[in-house]
Amino acid sequence: MRGCFAIYYREILILRKKLTRQIASMAVAPLLYILAFGFGMGKDVEIGGRSYLEFLIPGLVAMNSMTQAFAIASEINIARFYWRIFEEFQAAPIRNRAYVTGEIMAGITRALLSVVVILVIGAVFGIILSYNLLFWLAVILNGFLFSSLAVCLAMVVKSHADQALLTNFVITPMAFLGGTFFPVDRMPDWVQALLQFLPLTHAANSIRGASFGQPTDPGSYLLLAGIGLVLFVAAFFCVNRAKE
Amino acid sequence: MYWICSGHQKRCSISWCHAHHCPNTAVIRIESLKKHYKSVEALKGINLRIGPGELFAYLGPNGSGKTTTIRILTGLARATSGDAYLHGYHIERESLQAKRQCGLVPQTLNLDHELTVFENMDIHGRLFHMDRRQRVRRIEELLEYVEIADRRDSPVKTLSGGLKRRVMVARALMHDPRILFLDEPTVGLDPTIRRRIWSLIKRIQQQGATIFLTTHYIEEAEFLAERVAFLHEGSIVAVDSPQTLMSRMGSWALDEVVNGEMETRYFQTREEANAHIEGQQGSFSLRRVNLEDVFIATTGKRVQQ
Repeated sequence: MRGCFAIYYREILILRKKLTRQIASMAVAPLLYILAFGFGMGKDVEIGGRSYLEFLIPGLVAMNSMTQAFAIASEINIARFYWRIFEEFQAAPIRNRAYVTGEIMAGITRALLSVVVILVIGAVFGIILSYNLLFWLAVILNGFLFSSLAVCLAMVVKSHADQALLTNFVITPMAFLGGTFFPVDRMPDWVQALLQFLPLTHAANSIRGASFGQPTDPGSYLLLAGIGLVLFVAAFFCVNRAKE
Repeated sequence: MYWICSGHQKRCSISWCHAHHCPNTAVIRIESLKKHYKSVEALKGINLRIGPGELFAYLGPNGSGKTTTIRILTGLARATSGDAYLHGYHIERESLQAKRQCGLVPQTLNLDHELTVFENMDIHGRLFHMDRRQRVRRIEELLEYVEIADRRDSPVKTLSGGLKRRVMVARALMHDPRILFLDEPTVGLDPTIRRRIWSLIKRIQQQGATIFLTTHYIEEAEFLAERVAFLHEGSIVAVDSPQTLMSRMGSWALDEVVNGEMETRYFQTREEANAHIEGQQGSFSLRRVNLEDVFIATTGKRVQQ
């Protein structure tokens, strides 16, 4: 497993070098959503007896932990196609699973960091919810799932352009439909049924439930863990496929 | 006549066996290696044995399959068929052990530009499971060795091309590999820096490493290599020492322009060449035979196209 820590160490070192920039970029989108949707559109809106801003913050936690975990795909691609650092990993005596684990750990770290940024922004606007163990567990599972997906896709694509295309098709729709900005139960039944297939719907429900101190659905946690595990194993094979 | 093969401590019936070229002691063994990229046949069944401590050059024009061979041997690409062994470890079946035997300096710079020289080398050491004390000691040693100790904490992006190349060589040596693969190590460098890299390569070989070098620079192969393989369109067309290969052509080459076309004749002595010129009119140029002459005679094409 030492190889996995070498990979993780490298990613964290890169993250540390541009920490200020990273934190600033992690803060921009949530800040805009809070201003536009939280204060602009949702000022007088209440959902389930809570202000829209209280509803929005856990949704943003789910969305941002997803996008930041998935963002390692871009980092991997830069290392692979631009700097060619990936070849240094391929030539090293480390197993595919060590490489995948190291990258996923880096993805989860980025997800956690982005969540801390949102919670701080939320606190600045006076929103402090219950950030308990179940809340963090859901964030970590969400990060695990989407960073595993990121490794898989980063190994399959052939260029940066392909990567951007996948992000547009996979991540953007999920960010808007997965219960981030509105309650899924207000949608028509058939849409609700469809949205149950999105992992982000389960992540947003779990994160929101935990942060409101409400009972959460263990099935959602199991589902996130299950899909994450399948993608984690798939990532081993995808790394193998990346070899010419 | 029997010799004792130093690598395997056993009798070997091959008369020229004295560690370097003995098949039993081959540090790099390649058997019928083929690689296809869709319909393109990049390697057409390569066979090669390279002995311990040997500096072996793989010479050929761009696209002849040099980099493909190195990529397969170092685990970056998969062979379509055939086998290869590094210090007896099969590159696919025992890939982790095989990778531990070798260091790679790829043709394209692949350093982390955001990180410092120290950090780049430190990550390499971690990937090869070296502990902290070992890593720090080795980095200090190697930076002294390649004469860039004063740039230890400089971000790589601030280094010149020649310095980056030296960092890459130092990084490849971090885990003390027995085999060093150098893929076009001086491409794009000016002649002065190129000479410095050459002397560094010579020094590394003197420390006992086996060096497998690809190049399309004739003078590089002539200056550095003990043996040279000519690679042409995915096949090895000749393997021997540069001197032996060149002596097949003669010692002197006489270039003559005939009807706008360059023609070259070869002679054993300068006197023979001069005798040929005497009484003839035209533009002649007499020079020593080089590997390019041998390559052209063997393949009909130039190395540096």
